[in-house]
This record gives sequence, C-alpha cells and structure tokens, in this order.
Amino acid sequence: MSLPLIVFFICALIAVVGAILLIVSREPIHSALSLILVMMALAVLYLLLGAEFIAAVQIIVYAGAIMVLFVFVIMVLNAGEEERTNWSRIAKFAGLPLGFFLLMWMAHWMADAAIGRTVANSGGGTTVAFSTVELSKLLFTKYLFPFEATSILILIAILGALVLAKREN
Amino acid sequence: MEFVTQHAVLVVSLVKIAVLLFVVMTALAYLTWFERKVVARIQSRWGPYYVGAHGLLQPLADGLKFLFKEDVTPPAADKLLYVMAPFLALALALTALALIPFGPPSVQVLGQSVFIVANSNIGLLFLFAITSIGVYGVALAGWSSNSKYPLLGGLRSSAQMISYEVSLTLSVVGVLLLAGSFSFNGIIASQAGYYHHANFIPRWYVIPQIVGFLCYITAAIAETNRIPFDLPEAETELVAGFHTEYSSFKFAMFFMAEYANMITVSCLATILFFGGWLSPFPDTWTWQLYLPGALLILTGIYCGYDTVREMRGIAQLQFAVVTLLALGIGVICLIPAVMPVIQGLFWFVAKVVCFLFFYVWIRGTLPRFRYDQLMSFGWKLLLPVSLANLVATAFVLAVRHG
Amino acid sequence: MVPISYYLVLSAVLFGLGVVAFVIKRNIITIFMAIELMLNAVNLAFVAFARAWNQLDGLVFVFFVIVVAAAEAAVGLAIVITIMQNRDTLNVERVNSLKF
Repeated sequence: MSLPLIVFFICALIAVVGAILLIVSREPIHSALSLILVMMALAVLYLLLGAEFIAAVQIIVYAGAIMVLFVFVIMVLNAGEEERTNWSRIAKFAGLPLGFFLLMWMAHWMADAAIGRTVANSGGGTTVAFSTVELSKLLFTKYLFPFEATSILILIAILGALVLAKREN
Repeated sequence: MEFVTQHAVLVVSLVKIAVLLFVVMTALAYLTWFERKVVARIQSRWGPYYVGAHGLLQPLADGLKFLFKEDVTPPAADKLLYVMAPFLALALALTALALIPFGPPSVQVLGQSVFIVANSNIGLLFLFAITSIGVYGVALAGWSSNSKYPLLGGLRSSAQMISYEVSLTLSVVGVLLLAGSFSFNGIIASQAGYYHHANFIPRWYVIPQIVGFLCYITAAIAETNRIPFDLPEAETELVAGFHTEYSSFKFAMFFMAEYANMITVSCLATILFFGGWLSPFPDTWTWQLYLPGALLILTGIYCGYDTVREMRGIAQLQFAVVTLLALGIGVICLIPAVMPVIQGLFWFVAKVVCFLFFYVWIRGTLPRFRYDQLMSFGWKLLLPVSLANLVATAFVLAVRHG
Repeated sequence: MVPISYYLVLSAVLFGLGVVAFVIKRNIITIFMAIELMLNAVNLAFVAFARAWNQLDGLVFVFFVIVVAAAEAAVGLAIVITIMQNRDTLNVERVNSLKF
C-alpha cells in the first residue's frame, strides 16, 4: 500500500467516524466537535489532492469561524441534552436497507465508470499542488461576477443577522 | 547510516522536531522567569530570588510544584472535554511553531534546511489556520468545567478571539500584497536589500506597513489573551476565567500554551514586519559577524564578575555554571566555520526577544479594558483601520504597477 | 495511488450520513450542523473532480460554497437565537405552530 492510500484511509475513517458521532451523540457540543473532526480530516484530504489553499480556507473559515460560531451559540443558549427520537418502523425496516443498497449501488457504479479509474494521486505521494496564483486569477477574471455577488450576499447576511438578533426594546 | 541517507526527510524532521520541542519548552519556562523579573523591576520589586541564583531555578520549582499537586476534576464536568481542552490548547500552540523559519534556508544538513520544521508554500495561511482553531481549547475548557465563571470566561474569550482574528488577518494582508507570497521564506527574502537613497535602512515591511504593524501587534496581544486584553481571565471579575476549575498540570498546560502563543505571534511579527533572520546592517559591515559571540562573552564576563562579587554558597556554584555556559557558547560562536551559520538565528532570536520584552512591558504598564470597550475598540477602530490600510496598499501597488 | 472513485464514495457516505443526521436529529443547531456536513461532503467531491480533470474551476466552486456557508451560518444562528428567545426550546417538534 502506498503512502497516499494509507493517509486516505486514515482520514476517511476519521471523517466517517466523526459523522457517525455527530448523529449518535446527545449533547449538541459533542456533535459540534465531531463535525470539526470531519472538517479536519477533509482538510487533510484536500492537501492530499493538492488543494493547499482550499485546505487552509477549510480550516480557517469552517473550523475556525463557522464552527466557533456554533459552539458559541451552544454555550450562550446552554443547549442541554437532546430528546431521543422515536424511530418510525418504516425508517428502521425499509429506509436503512434501502439507503445502504443505494450507497452500494452508487459505489459499484462509480468504480465501474470511466471516472472511477482516473487516478487522483500519482505514485510516490507527491501531487503537483494547484497554484494559488492561478486560482486567484480565475477568481478575479472568469468568476468575477459571482465573486462580487457573494460580497453582496455576505453584506445582506450581516444585516439579516443584525436585524434578527436585535432585541426589540 | 544507510537508513539515514535513504530517509533523510524523515530522520532530519524528527531530529528537528525533538530539538525544537526541547528548546521551546525551556524557552517557555524561562519566559515565565523573564516576565516575572521584568514586571518586578517595573514595579520596583526584586521578583523571584530565592530558588537558585537570581531565581534562575524558579521555573523548575514551579514545574515540580505543578506536577505534584492534586489533579482535581469537578464532578459535574464533562470529563472527556475537560481533559481534552488543555491538551488541545498546548498541542496547537506548539504545532504553530513548526512553521516558523528560525534561520536562512541555505543552512542545510542532508539536503534539508535546518532552521524550519515544516516548509510550506502557504505557511502563513497554515499558521492562521492553527491559531484559528486555538480558540477551542479555551472555549471548551470554559464549557466543560460546568461552572459559571469558567463559562463566562470561555464565552468572552471565544467572542474576543473571533473578533480580533479578523483584524489580525486583515492587517497582515498588506504585507502579503507587497511580498506576493504565502511562504515565510518568500516573505523574508522579499525584504532583503536597502533603500536607494539611504542605503543603511533595510527594506523591512514595517516602514511601508507601519499602520498594518500597529494593528497587528494590537490584535496579536488580544489574540493571546494578554493584558490589556485579558478579559477571559480577568481575576477581579471572573476569578481566573476559563481555567478556574483547572489544577495541577492541566493548569500548567494552559499557562504554557499562552506563552507559546506569545512566542508564535512574536515570531510572526518578526518575520512579517522586521525581516525575520535578516541582519539590520548592510553586508559590507563585516564586524557584525562577531556580534553574537562578542555579546555572549560580554554577558559571560558580567556574570563572572557577579559570581565573584555578589554570590555566596550554592548560588555561587550555579552562577559559575551560567558564566561558563555563556563564555563557552560565545567562544564557539567566534569559530570561523560556525560564525556565518548562526548569524540568521542570532538576529531572529534577538528580534523575538525584543518583542517578548515589549509584551511584558505592556503588561507592566497598561490597565485592563472593560468588555464593551474591548469589543467596540476591535470592531469600530481596529477593523476599519486595517481595512483602510489594505485598500491603501492595494491602491499604491496598482498605481505603481500600472 | 488513490483513485477518484474512493474520494467520491467517501463523499457519498458523508453526504448520506448528513442526510440521516438531518432527518433524525431534533435539535435545531444539530440539524444545522447536518447541513454543514452535507456541504462539506459536496466540497470533497468538487475538489476530487478538480483533481481528476486538473481544472481549477472546481476549487473556485468550493470557495463559493464555503463563503455561502459562512453567510448561512450567520443568519441561521441568528434565527436559532430568536427561536430560543421566543419559544424557550430548541426542539424542532415544539416549534410547529406558525403563530405564537
């Protein structure tokens, strides 16, 4: 087994375990932490794919800002334990097997199709990294309009959050 | 030997990590001593004096005390998070230091540069990534203690760290625009050289980016939860803030994390604004090569004088060891083969020590902010100023490059 | 040698787990986190495809997804705080009347 493959499987395992913990844990803050675990594992996978900038942004924005916001809100609201859901019988006996079957089918299809045979990481563990300079050039030429549109979106989001969170007194 | 040459990257990296950890741990311990001494002098006291000569063994005594104290876990605490939080804080603080280049990349062993552990193309972004996760250590400590003062401290710290991180990042973008690189070695290399008309002033980014530097240093102090921004652990309001419930070595870990963060932001300020390991003097001034050795030997002579005149008993013995160490390292630094290698390291450490002194000086001088002042200062003054600095830098660059 | 399909399967699994979390969780904040998990899974697929075709456009999309997620988190959490203030609960099953 080559080194990239080992790294991939470790990170994939961490990500899946994190996602399962998100579902299983009762305390919202534990769910938040397991989601952060997933995000870190994904950041390592991005590095493995040679997307350095995206890996750093993933940690800075997702783990460092968005999830901090979540943790902050959980702390402020002092959100306690969650009530258990009563699983409906259909979900248990039809939903889970069907979902599992769908997943397996999809995996089979992907492995079979032409795209599945494309190799992401060449041997030796070195992937030529995507150039951050090229990425920024693309962002400011081809995708200039969406880029500016997101800035307006963020502005609106700030205003919306302010209006919502402001107490009426 | 064959293994070493075949896996040069692995072996050299492991050795570098071990050496860095040892040096940083020692530096952390003596940083507490340094801080106590300097603050004591500012307040006309002597500071630690009794354990060892000039209190030099005080950090060791503190460490032993922390190790042997009872480790209390509050019964209502969230056990897992309670244990995890200090480890997280310390591990992240130490990881950040792996990205720092302590000297020029040209000094190499087995084809690996000696003075940097992880040489990344986007070193600065990674450093910000690591510091941005650092907030979890504090926030989780506050939450998991399940007690009201730690919770308030944790809330305050996460709010403060998110707020000031924005200014911290934005104040640095000006430097990034000038350097055109995320890698630390690239940023330092682009600061080499001297101004055209005054060829003794180095082209460090502190001159064009003075506003950015002031914003950076303010945000950095807030980011490391130091006075005057130490609201998360304001003892007059919150007992000890987020680490109120922590005792024994877990408390020490928070302490070490805070000091490690101090060292990291000082290193970052040195790299971004003060030319990292570059010497402030032009290359033609060859006497600067003797500077590290000469300074150490002078220190040694002073310590020797002190040993003979002031010290008595066991303290005399200890200080004699310090004297011999200073003299010995000083002489080694004067060996012609070693001299060029340690130049970069010397300048880097000298600049970082200046920043650390500045930190302690601030702590000894300024009173604490009030919480609303802290927030309005961060959002209404620091953020607009760093944004204006960014826009101005971009504008000047755009005009210059047509 | 990691084939692209491995990344895609992982992405699908994570997305599926996100959907499961979204459906079975009862706390608004956790449901919100499930959405973030799904977005992350999609991002992984984007980056994997970008690598497969050696095109940067996929990364630009990830960038936009992250930005939009940040905006969404700001507004969403503000809504969560408002719900908590008005209803005194975070359980979605208790927040089922249009008028209070």
